[in-house]
Amino acid sequence: MMGIGIPPYSDAIGVVVDHEEDGRPVMAMDFGTQVMGRPGYLHGGAISGLMEMAAVAALRTELERRGEAMRLKPVNIQVEFMRGGTEQRTFAMGQVTRAGRRVALVNAEAWQEDRTRPIALAQMKFLLNPAE
Amino acid sequence: MSEPKSLYDAPPDFVFDLSRGAKMMSRHGHGGWLGLDYHAHGPDWVELSLPWREDLVGVPETGVLASGPIISLMDNATSMSVWALCGRFVPHATLDLRVDYMRSAVPGKTVIGHGECYKLTRTISFIRGIAHDGNPDDPVAHVTGTFMATHGTYL
Repeated sequence: MMGIGIPPYSDAIGVVVDHEEDGRPVMAMDFGTQVMGRPGYLHGGAISGLMEMAAVAALRTELERRGEAMRLKPVNIQVEFMRGGTEQRTFAMGQVTRAGRRVALVNAEAWQEDRTRPIALAQMKFLLNPAE
Repeated sequence: MSEPKSLYDAPPDFVFDLSRGAKMMSRHGHGGWLGLDYHAHGPDWVELSLPWREDLVGVPETGVLASGPIISLMDNATSMSVWALCGRFVPHATLDLRVDYMRSAVPGKTVIGHGECYKLTRTISFIRGIAHDGNPDDPVAHVTGTFMATHGTYL
């Protein structure tokens, strides 16, 4: 995937670009003690971190497609945890709902072995500033 | 008595002590890896600290902490604030969390997460909190959310 640098934090918790789906990156993260919350389950913060990275990647891909060089500033995030994440690989993908000239709204979903049974949803808002 | 690895593994007669529990949670798993530590607590609040570290950075050019570790800090601090108000450990799960990023944390500075439980029902707890890097009146982030008791009830 071009144009998507993995920041140090995402790299440290093991977030990678797994594959592309309809031109959008699908991110993945393996289970390990560094992302474990209560014993045997993923930490909500680590799931959120993965979904944030998926949201950023989806938005960067969309802006790149339009040929716009923008700096992203996260405004807020709302996360819904629907199932406990178990000891296996977790995937996440972002979907740009609206990207205007100044604000972008992106949804992200995280799932494990069953794509139709997401473990968490996130909605993120970004402020867009033209890159110098 | 040997220390259980997690509050979830603690025997039924385990005497719950918040500062001890927070220290325990901060030695294992994601909290331990992040370097979360107990800072302070009161009857309905808990403060944890998140020291700045290079591999927790979100923007390499600026050294600003990523937002993920802030979410984890606030998830843990608000989670523990529920047990502070209950006066005991109740297994629960985060239902939702909303984080408003008010400004970037200053690179190199330790971030303090202040979590507060402002309402308990039998199965749902309501929480809020702020993250700051030295001055609580100039927060880095503001959070609200809910937890659900998964085994037993809060009240």
